Amino acid sequence: MNTMKTTSADLAPHVGAGISLKEIEQRFSTPDGEIIALTEVNLEIAAGEFLVILGPSGCGKTTLLRIIAGLLKSTEGSVTVGGEPLWNGGTRNDTAVGNLGVVFQDANLFPWMSIEDNIALPLKLTGVDRATRRRRAGELCELVGISGFEKRWPKELSGGMRQRAAIARALSRDPQILLMDEPFGALDAMTRDQMNLELQRIWMESGCTIVLVTHSIREAVFLADRLLLLSPRPGRMDTLETIKIARPRDIYVQTDPKFQSYEIEMRRRLDSFS
Amino acid sequence: MQKYSSLIATPLILVALVLLWDAYIRVFDVSPFILPPPGSVWEATKDLLADSGTFGHIWVTFVETVVGFLIAVVVGVVLGGILGKVRWLEQTLSPLIVGLQVMPKVALIPLFIVWFGFGMTSKIVLAAVLAFFPIMTNTILGIKSVDRGHRDVMLSLNASRWQTFRDVELPSALPFILTGMEVGIVLATIGAIVGEYLGGNDGLGYMAIATLNAFDVDAMFGVILLMTVLGLVLYFAVVGIRRFVTPWHEAVTRDKE
Repeated sequence: MNTMKTTSADLAPHVGAGISLKEIEQRFSTPDGEIIALTEVNLEIAAGEFLVILGPSGCGKTTLLRIIAGLLKSTEGSVTVGGEPLWNGGTRNDTAVGNLGVVFQDANLFPWMSIEDNIALPLKLTGVDRATRRRRAGELCELVGISGFEKRWPKELSGGMRQRAAIARALSRDPQILLMDEPFGALDAMTRDQMNLELQRIWMESGCTIVLVTHSIREAVFLADRLLLLSPRPGRMDTLETIKIARPRDIYVQTDPKFQSYEIEMRRRLDSFS
Repeated sequence: MQKYSSLIATPLILVALVLLWDAYIRVFDVSPFILPPPGSVWEATKDLLADSGTFGHIWVTFVETVVGFLIAVVVGVVLGGILGKVRWLEQTLSPLIVGLQVMPKVALIPLFIVWFGFGMTSKIVLAAVLAFFPIMTNTILGIKSVDRGHRDVMLSLNASRWQTFRDVELPSALPFILTGMEVGIVLATIGAIVGEYLGGNDGLGYMAIATLNAFDVDAMFGVILLMTVLGLVLYFAVVGIRRFVTPWHEAVTRDKE
């Protein structure tokens, strides 16, 4: 019973790069035999689009994001990032990976580096000089709203601020695509609302493509241009819904009947799984 | 309050122990050949420190310990780094390493004397061999304990193996390496002193044997006191490095607060 519902995306013109997923399947071998985590994933993500992947726990949404990020090579199928294949045989394509910035569920900042050094680490790895790195870190701190904390250790920052720093780090190489795996899952509800607003602003300012994984329906509807709902294992594309709510969206959009009808529709789909 | 408790309580306990020692000797009339009273140990220590030759012996033990320790740090970190990174090599060598680790190293002293003579070299080698194992095993552990999320970050940034080692694995392993070094410096001191017991004419270990042969129990206790002070100085020097090298680490901040 897979009703694939697709609405054509009507989006503003965008810069950035798109992503193309073809016939993605992911199998894992476990002591109990082989399990299929994901299957039949075919998706074109437009340049500059904000795509949110939603699904029940264990549906393979994080796996899908790791496949797009090149952290995992799918068993079957192919990924193209900005027109470049992500894998050439068994090796990752550096050009394609260079287009990606990844934010994880934990901020994963390195405790032995100052916030500034953490944010500029991607630039250090590509051989950018120290002065340029420092300047860029300053700009990024400003963008994500943690100016003044450049010289601090990560442990001195709150969870929300650490996640802001992680977003800044992911943006430091100016990637055309930002991949986010439940980035605000560990934050309290108030901080989370605020981070969603900030993320919308950063996305609109940077013009990059964002793929975000979440298990919060509200967060998904609030952020998404298009919302992809995955079914439980084996994860398949269940619903692909275009969220036609004007931007920029504020927190009170959540009281909008249109917002609520999207939310209820997604809730019903999710409930139908169990 | 807690900040001052160690500053006041620790010396108080020390004084109490010395008083107890003194009282025990008076009450049970212990022979000074078995256990000299603290007063005469103190006098003997002052006499030892008045003799310029003593500083020569302290210097010898100090150099043997520090040189042996430094060799152990360099070899232990490099080898531990390689074994931590190269899985198959660690698995191949691990039975051999465990075998060497459980072997009583002190039993090798006669061999070291045959190989390296009665001078400082044989003691340096013993100090290095004793200090090496905890440093190496802790380095391996540290390299392997790198956070999975941190590895993912480096992978997503397309970092090379060398960059991952330099920016993530080595700093992650540093607290572990420092713990290995804290154990290592104590073992290096033991190695140097035990080496001196068994061969040669220099160092605090030799002094202890010399006072034993002279039945000068007061001076022997004095030598033990000097060994303890030397060991403490070296140990706290290594502990001090931790604050300097890993100011970001939890263990350091907790102490500061």
